[in-house]
Amino acid sequence: MDLHTVGALHRPTDRAGLDALLGPGSAVLAGGTWLFSEPQPHLAALVDLTGLGWPSLVTGSDGALTISATCTLAELAAAGPALFRTCCRALAGSFKIWHTATVGGNVCLALPAGPMTSLCAALDGVAELWGPGGSVRRVPVARFVTGVRTTDLRPGEVLRSVRLPAAALAAPTAFRRAALTAQGRSGAVVIGRRDPDGGLVLTVTAATERPFRFAFAAPPREAELSAALATVERWYDDPHGAPDWRAHVTGRLAAEVVDELA
Amino acid sequence: MIEIDGVPADRDPRPGQCLRTFVREQGHSAVKKGCDSGDCGACSVLVDGTPVHSCVYPAARADGRSVTTAAGLGTPDDLHPVQRRFVDAGGFQCGFCTAGLVVTAAALDAERPDGLGDPDGADLGHLLKGNLCRCTGYRSVADALAGGVNTEKDGAAPGRSLPAPAGVRVVTGREPYTLDEPPPGVLHLSVLRSPHAHARIRSIDTAAARALPGVHLVLTHADVPRVHYSTGRHENRHDDPDDTLMLDAMVRHVGQRVAAVVADSVAAAERACRAIVVDYEVLPAVLDPLAALAPGAPLLHADKDRAAGIADPGANLVAELHGGVGDVEAGLRAAAEVVEGTWTTQRVSHGQLETHGTVAWLDEGDRLVVRTSTQVPFLVRRELARVLGLDHARLRVLTARVGGGFGGKQEMLTEDLVALAVLRLRRPVQWEITRTESLTALPCRHPMRVGVRVGATADGVLTALAVDVLSDAGAYGNHSVGVLFHGCHESVGLYRCPNKRVDARAAYTNNVPSGAFRGYGLGQVMFGIECALDELARRLGIDPFDLRARNVVVPGDPIVAAHGPDPDDDLTYGSYGLDQCLDMARAAVRAGDDVPAPRGPEWRVGEGMAAAMIATVPPRGHLAEASVTLEPDGRYAVRVGTAEFGNGTSTVHTQLVATALATEPDRVRLWQSDTDAVGHDTGAFGSAGSVVAGKAVHAAALALRELIARRAPGELGPLGVQSGAGFVPLTAIAGPDGLTARATHDGTPRSVAFNVHAVRVAVHVGTGEVRFLRSVHAADAGTVLNPEQLRGQIEGGVAQALGTALFEELLVDEHGAVTTGVLRNYHLPQFADVPRTEVLLAATSDRLGPYGAKSMSEAPYNPVAPAVANAVRAAIGVRPHALPMTADRVWRLAAGGQHSR
Repeated sequence: MDLHTVGALHRPTDRAGLDALLGPGSAVLAGGTWLFSEPQPHLAALVDLTGLGWPSLVTGSDGALTISATCTLAELAAAGPALFRTCCRALAGSFKIWHTATVGGNVCLALPAGPMTSLCAALDGVAELWGPGGSVRRVPVARFVTGVRTTDLRPGEVLRSVRLPAAALAAPTAFRRAALTAQGRSGAVVIGRRDPDGGLVLTVTAATERPFRFAFAAPPREAELSAALATVERWYDDPHGAPDWRAHVTGRLAAEVVDELA
Repeated sequence: MIEIDGVPADRDPRPGQCLRTFVREQGHSAVKKGCDSGDCGACSVLVDGTPVHSCVYPAARADGRSVTTAAGLGTPDDLHPVQRRFVDAGGFQCGFCTAGLVVTAAALDAERPDGLGDPDGADLGHLLKGNLCRCTGYRSVADALAGGVNTEKDGAAPGRSLPAPAGVRVVTGREPYTLDEPPPGVLHLSVLRSPHAHARIRSIDTAAARALPGVHLVLTHADVPRVHYSTGRHENRHDDPDDTLMLDAMVRHVGQRVAAVVADSVAAAERACRAIVVDYEVLPAVLDPLAALAPGAPLLHADKDRAAGIADPGANLVAELHGGVGDVEAGLRAAAEVVEGTWTTQRVSHGQLETHGTVAWLDEGDRLVVRTSTQVPFLVRRELARVLGLDHARLRVLTARVGGGFGGKQEMLTEDLVALAVLRLRRPVQWEITRTESLTALPCRHPMRVGVRVGATADGVLTALAVDVLSDAGAYGNHSVGVLFHGCHESVGLYRCPNKRVDARAAYTNNVPSGAFRGYGLGQVMFGIECALDELARRLGIDPFDLRARNVVVPGDPIVAAHGPDPDDDLTYGSYGLDQCLDMARAAVRAGDDVPAPRGPEWRVGEGMAAAMIATVPPRGHLAEASVTLEPDGRYAVRVGTAEFGNGTSTVHTQLVATALATEPDRVRLWQSDTDAVGHDTGAFGSAGSVVAGKAVHAAALALRELIARRAPGELGPLGVQSGAGFVPLTAIAGPDGLTARATHDGTPRSVAFNVHAVRVAVHVGTGEVRFLRSVHAADAGTVLNPEQLRGQIEGGVAQALGTALFEELLVDEHGAVTTGVLRNYHLPQFADVPRTEVLLAATSDRLGPYGAKSMSEAPYNPVAPAVANAVRAAIGVRPHALPMTADRVWRLAAGGQHSR
């Protein structure tokens, strides 16, 4: 929809230009698929990140993958391991949305069901945050998303990229998702990762208000898994599933993930 | 520079503009607004060949790129292959979603060299989740993608699947809907809505709003006529209580209109709305209908009296119905088995892809012309004239093709403010409702609590049937009387039982108003009755099909609900096919599953069914006038008042005229849904398009044939009359003035139609997931005029009802605000949600309908939710009592818990 109060669309081409434009009344524009989907009467300006020319996907010499915030879901789905595409498919939006929606936008939106949060948290993604004056801060994505629509992003900061370490990328993973309808927004997403040291990392999203990450030295037994999930203080409540159901199906999905990876 | 369908745009977009509005402002109206939030796909376009939702695509980003809409893919004379497939398959109904579907399908074709030839392609559910269709149920869409041909090019005779006349225009994005042809200089209206469920407006300060640039008019309750009316429209205006003002100093629900602004742009109008300062005195609100009827409850309409058409304004009682026959208590005592229970239904949004909208202007003769998305243009004119104090002659109301109705446009929700603004400003004004307004502030389906008591003898003969219904009218009484009465009529009347009792009340609450919605109350009450009967059959050890067969009315039986047999009742058995429907549905649902039952110890399988009856025409008068003219050029022009909103009446009317006059469909032109076309038409509701307006059209066509025969006896053909004396061309018969015949139909007597739905489901007791293994629907529609369209109506009704059954719900918070304000949170059935339903048709011919046809628009909806609930009960051993049966609720039932939401 039209953002009627937006009177300026800036497209900085370097970091200094970006810094100068961020502030109250302005919002960062990546894909725009969420920004343009709801009224934003508090906004006077948009700052388009796509002019900064960030390469979408860069594999480092250490095998880590750096996903720029402006990388589209379509680019991501075409690029990496099967889990990338599986997570893209968990987006409530259609494949047409993939062409414009970005990884950074989805993470910064901080919806419990944000599938890029699920993916990046599950693969030990570390967010690189650009602050004013050239400062850089790094935060694990699992901690970057702090609640429903809240993040650790500070005023003047922009999510530059998410770096997925090579080890996590190489590890076997398992994905399970529950939703009230076949293609509707996720009610629970559980991703498991089996590390070479025998450890198993479970990440719960969609069912909870923020990502929950549980690291086990070995595939957990039932009681151990239940005890871990019992630490979730509050299960999310919205039209896409009742909290008791979310808690229950998360337990089921987690057990399935553990079984698959054991 | 942006290029759209090969044409360079003449300006740059605004900074915050999305591509959808930019493309439309450039005159390319193939791009529709269904949601404006990236969920429905009606606005899909290609940007340099890549498919995107243009409503969430920043327009500026299309700079230097080429945008292709459905209109750019092909033209009526040179269809894109995908467009051809949608026409051939009949892959649309209202067509509002179709241009977006066509663009998406074309992109998929391009991305997948194998095309979409495999309708079982596992990915279609995923690929099409961003393209919502509210009409078809997606089967015909799947056929279109697979290249299936369901329409017949040759022959318009009843029984042939003539394609919709508008088909090539719809698939190429050229069919103009309500707001697709804005007049030059049109101004935009926007409203400020109440944040409170119940409040008195102490004051409104509009000075700042009026002072803003681009603002032409601000209207508050002080500026509108003090004429009470109802937004609900009927032939008899006293059917609905006069409890509504255009703008009121009292607000009775969150989202009620408080003030309206007319400005140069939507942006300016919304800015001015934000600048209006309202001082509210917040009043106690009541959101529960039972609490609303209790003594001491806050009263919503105590300022009105019974003359307003409210049963008891001093008790929040909009309407009540109490009556019966025999002695229910004695009948229950005599029963071998008695079932008692209470079933509840939820708020459901119509979800027409085209939201409500109106554009109006003054014509050269200073007449107010109102083009609006309505099912009832004549009834809107009547009430607009009354509210605004205008003579009918000063008012023309018309609608173009309507992008979906389902009863939601049997209301006057936007026309009043737009018309008043045009009269004040003497400039064209338009108002397009947003999807969020549609979901949170416009009428929805009445939520009901349906208490049922039913008893039967050991061999399954009913001894008593009683219902106790409580309907939540919301803040205004539009349709609440009719929905209550109708809901309790054919549902109870379907069964032969000596002892019946109906107690029904509709209560005002401070919720969003409820209104007319497909089935008009029957779906809610039948959910209770058909579930109770299923339980009765279960306890008696009788097949539920047999229980129905043993107790349903048959020709000769009076149709009895709250009142005993009425000799003056015009409802009659014009035909009867329920016996066939029961037999066909039973055989079909047990003929083997379409989808194999999933393996695993936690999957449980169950079968369920339900039956339904519906009158083919609304009671107490439904009028239609029509004329057919042999034009001087030898072609036929049909004038008819009813509206086309995907129900297919245009196709049927064309078929009736072409057949009666032995001509080809392309020689028949329709002029419809315009108060200038005919004198009167009650409108396109109550499934009346074929059996009332169609009757009038057919009679006019037959009368014209008589007139032609009088001028030129012989054998009538498409071009003229052949006789022994030679060939007389139609142009000669028509003469310079043409030749016109007129006819009317008054909607009486009325017949009954029947539907039986049956499903087999698999339910996962560990997650609550419900999967369909088999879905069958048997319908008694009389003679089938257009098999493909009929099938589409039935499938669409089933799909809409599956949404009601399984997941659709407008959620309301503790302050009375609807929280499901976007389609991401109000889940309409997607491609992946709707199973194939086998449609079975009874072989009957109705003595009342045209060519023996009966209506079949609302009816398929009604038995579906109880059939699914009964199947879930059979599967998990616990009976659902509340809709929707979302997975979380079904899981909780299976786990033995209670509903908590």
